[in-house]
Amino acid sequence: MEANLRQRKSKSWFSRQRPEDKAFLIFAYVLLFLFVIAIIIPMAYIVIASFIDPITLQNHGISFDFSKWTLTAYERVMSNAQIWVGFKNAVIYSIVFTVISVFVTLLAAYPMSRKDFKGRGFFNVLFLITMFFGGGLIPTYLVVSNLGLLDTMWAVVLPGAFSVWNMIIARTYYQGIPDELREAAEVDGADEVTYFFKVLMPVCIPVIAVLALWQFVAMWNSYFDALIYIDDAAKQPLQLVLRSILIQNQPEAGMVSDIQSTAARAQLAELLKYATIVISSLPLLVMYPFFQKYFDAGIMAGSIKG
Amino acid sequence: MVGLEYFQRFLSSPDFMQYLINTLKLSVYGLLWSFPVPIILAFLLNQIRSSKIKQKIQLILYMPNFVSVIVLCGIVRLLLSVNGPVNMMLHTSIDFMALPEAFRPIYIISGIWQGAGWASIMYTAALSNASQELREAAIVDGANIFQQIRVVEWPAIKDMVIIQFILQAGNIMSVGFEKALALQTSLNLPASEIISTYVYQQGLLNGNYSFSTAVGLFNTVINVILLVLVNMIVKKMNEGKGL
Repeated sequence: MEANLRQRKSKSWFSRQRPEDKAFLIFAYVLLFLFVIAIIIPMAYIVIASFIDPITLQNHGISFDFSKWTLTAYERVMSNAQIWVGFKNAVIYSIVFTVISVFVTLLAAYPMSRKDFKGRGFFNVLFLITMFFGGGLIPTYLVVSNLGLLDTMWAVVLPGAFSVWNMIIARTYYQGIPDELREAAEVDGADEVTYFFKVLMPVCIPVIAVLALWQFVAMWNSYFDALIYIDDAAKQPLQLVLRSILIQNQPEAGMVSDIQSTAARAQLAELLKYATIVISSLPLLVMYPFFQKYFDAGIMAGSIKG
Repeated sequence: MVGLEYFQRFLSSPDFMQYLINTLKLSVYGLLWSFPVPIILAFLLNQIRSSKIKQKIQLILYMPNFVSVIVLCGIVRLLLSVNGPVNMMLHTSIDFMALPEAFRPIYIISGIWQGAGWASIMYTAALSNASQELREAAIVDGANIFQQIRVVEWPAIKDMVIIQFILQAGNIMSVGFEKALALQTSLNLPASEIISTYVYQQGLLNGNYSFSTAVGLFNTVINVILLVLVNMIVKKMNEGKGL
């Protein structure tokens, strides 16, 4: 009886729609379904292909005959030292970058959020100009080079640490906090520094989380700064290691060099790419659903100003 | 005294027109093809009544955003390789990465695959904030779903769409440099060499600092002009409301 009722209830919304609306809804659902499928298929293909025996993969593509499945690719990629060096560097760079970036951004946003700050208009224009007008690749490179940062972590971590866009988001967030909070803190004898760190920051944790996640992901996935500033293999972040394997077709030393036949080596190198993609992308893809709500919140924070 | 020597050298070189056209084609086609997709996605998502199913779909739609440029281009290269799955399905052996005419479709489609879901977040959020009362009034007045979209939902995101368009049009000359570089092969250069990759090639690989800087500056100036121009057009179209 109850089940029957529930079924009728769940059926009723769609069946109550007019014929033209039903047609529209079905069209909408099919379109959405196709888009979802188009996203899943390439990913699923990569994951499955990474387990297939290299010869089978080259001649027949993926197969569900499990006797053709193998973990060779994973063993070879996991036992490669350069991949782990890349991982380690990516973790260090991303964490250091996130800490510096968020700290600098929050500090810069504070005066910009205060209406009684005299130079506000001037600094605002200054910040906005940098959003659309940069020095360019070579001048930036020369500055980094003349500061003696080449081939150090700081060349990757410092130049992009301040983001005007993120500053605007933090500023908008501060402005949403009632002035009474500061007035109350002042009455209690808090100076600006105490107010900022002890009173304002705890209230701003949601926006701090968003900025931190953004910056972490951005640094984790970037390769270009490391490409131009870092030569030393021991300092390369993961994306640069991936670049030489995936884009330049150069498997890391030792990954395939024990194979005698050239053809077999090429087949194995191809298979290693699949496993490399899976291993390198897994951490973020597994973690991101847990942080999704922060990302959503951040996008909205950005669009308020927009 | 350097003067405008390097600008002259670049502007009068026969390659200049080609790189400029490559840059403009890549970004203008990219903008036109990929800009509407997140908006359409948001409208479609908004038709789903169950918030649980909606969240699951969103989880999948956002996923490609967390794949790095290098991995994305690695996936593209694997799928399109001579004995990769696409060729296997078509029973052909086309080297897509070597075809200049395939470069732009590859670049744009992979861009939509990666970015459309993520870009739909803010439209989705704005749509779910669209006035429920207005929607109910429209339903009472006998509006079908299509009419509801036109009178209730579209006005709710219109301003956001305009602002996004301005921002993206303003960035037309600088867009996607990292990806263009990662999808470049020596054979597809006739389509894939854009101004910013040329700056990298000339400046950092060949050491022509001054020349390369001049080219880069030229790129930025065009970008700023475009931004101002688009903002003016939108202002005119939108009764004085620009950025």
